[in-house]
Amino acid sequence: MMDIQEKLKEIGPYVEAEDDGMLVCRCEEVTKGEIRKAVHEGIFTIEELRRYLRSGMGLCQGQTCGKLVKGIVARELGVAPSEVEPASSRAPMRPIEMEILAEDGGVAHE
Amino acid sequence: MSNTADVVIIGGGVVGCAAAYYLAKAGNTNVIVLEGTKSIGHGGSSRNGGGVRQSGRDVRELPYAMYGIKHLWPTLSEELGVDVEYTQKGNLRLGKTEAHLEKLQTLAKNAQSVGLDVRMVDAKEVKEICPYLSDDIIGASWCPTDGHANPLTTTLGYYKRALEMGVRFYTDAEVTELRKVKGKVRKVILKDGTVFEGETIILAAGYESRYIARTVGVDVPMTRLIDECLVTEMQPHMFDIMLGTAGADFYGHQAKHGSFVFGSDCGYEEVTDMTDPSKLITNAMTLSASCRAIMGYVPALKDAKIVRSWCGWLDNAFDGVPFISKVDEAEGLILACGFTGHGFGTAPAVGLMLSQMVAGEDTVVDITPLRYDRFKPCR
Ligand SMILES: Cc1cc2nc3c(=O)[nH]c(=O)nc-3n(C[C@H](O)[C@H](O)[C@H](O)COP(=O)(O)OP(=O)(O)OC[C@H]3O[C@@H](n4cnc5c(N)ncnc54)[C@H](O)[C@@H]3O)c2cc1C
Repeated sequence: MMDIQEKLKEIGPYVEAEDDGMLVCRCEEVTKGEIRKAVHEGIFTIEELRRYLRSGMGLCQGQTCGKLVKGIVARELGVAPSEVEPASSRAPMRPIEMEILAEDGGVAHE
Repeated sequence: MSNTADVVIIGGGVVGCAAAYYLAKAGNTNVIVLEGTKSIGHGGSSRNGGGVRQSGRDVRELPYAMYGIKHLWPTLSEELGVDVEYTQKGNLRLGKTEAHLEKLQTLAKNAQSVGLDVRMVDAKEVKEICPYLSDDIIGASWCPTDGHANPLTTTLGYYKRALEMGVRFYTDAEVTELRKVKGKVRKVILKDGTVFEGETIILAAGYESRYIARTVGVDVPMTRLIDECLVTEMQPHMFDIMLGTAGADFYGHQAKHGSFVFGSDCGYEEVTDMTDPSKLITNAMTLSASCRAIMGYVPALKDAKIVRSWCGWLDNAFDGVPFISKVDEAEGLILACGFTGHGFGTAPAVGLMLSQMVAGEDTVVDITPLRYDRFKPCR
């Protein structure tokens, strides 16, 4: 069980850092500062963070920045990166055009 | 911190988070929200297609669907301090056959009877509203006040704001049982044995609400159904309206960010059997079936790349409308479940009404038709 208010107290308020402007998720242009700040707003899991900031939701689906984001969240929460669960991988593995995906031999709707 | 509060809300979905926010806004911050998984909004609330619509709804739901669209959605981003991307540019429900048009006409008539502006449009007008649609479409219903929003930021926005206002949230807090004290539902027991207590308990745990309610002898008729969505890569801006079809083969919209979000199915949803429903495994057939359905109405998207797909559970009430109700046999308990695949658009109004029910006030609209005991033997 995680008591969110207690944890927020424990980690203290968000304090600006010099490298907060660094781009972490290039596809969706999310910075380190935005990620750090979100943690202090109660966004503790990668699943929530993706939904809140769109980090890892772009073309590469987080394959580039996933590890980095995890590290930032872990540091902010004061836990080991291994304690931060990665996001679920979702099909398709690579972006695929609708027209190609549609060719599975199925029949048209109706 | 104390495990006792005025109100204990079970379920950190959009309904639970909205209820917490409206309670806090009304001055009651002595509220605890218990979310069973590690993430707020892990259920349908972050898996839905973002439709904020009135058209196509049962007349029992229309009054509060309309209330929310008129009074709550327009200012929500400002209120929460999070962009919920509410876009009110209308909903086209498309038809390709005469049978489709008949169905749309009936739905339109029902909605008009309670004062909703929804009318039939012909193929030409459909093209004027949205030039990207297929020539196979012969007509549609048009509801100009429908729209869409971002379910992810809406759910987390309610959470964030309620948290700022002092509501206590617990994640990884799976509830297994309710218990009465002196005839009143008061104790909420977690899987790990932790006990919470509340003067009022709001049960907003999606389908799981059914199992939890049973522990105090209350059962509500609903079933669980899987549903899927997909999202394209970012596209140039095409349109702001919401799309649906009479055949219910897909629905969706272009999000502010540029990607299209669509919901669709493959036809085998009803026989889906997942040993562990929390695993949420998508069906290998659905992605392709969805693409065929979408291209059948929006051929302009054939080259759009799909980047992601996912599924979520619907808590389908037996008669298609939710249970938003106090329970005579279980004083202290308020049910908020059975949203049947369209509880996102109504969540602000439902959250507000739940806060009013806790305070013992009249709700903004009458919701007696959503009582838990509305079912009588039908044979
Ligand atoms: C694919 C899909 C598409 C949809 N499209 C639309 C749409 O376009 N428009 C629309 O209006 N609606 C849509 N919906 C429906 C909408 O998402 C739901 O009606 C809405 O999110 C209901 O909110 P909720 O908070 O009741 O449920 P949920 O989001 O399911 O929240 C319930 C919460 O309770 C938690 N929980 C479960 N069991 C326990 C327990 N034992 N203890 C503690 N917590 C527990 C869950 O983890 C979950 O977070 C769609 C749904 C799906 C799945």
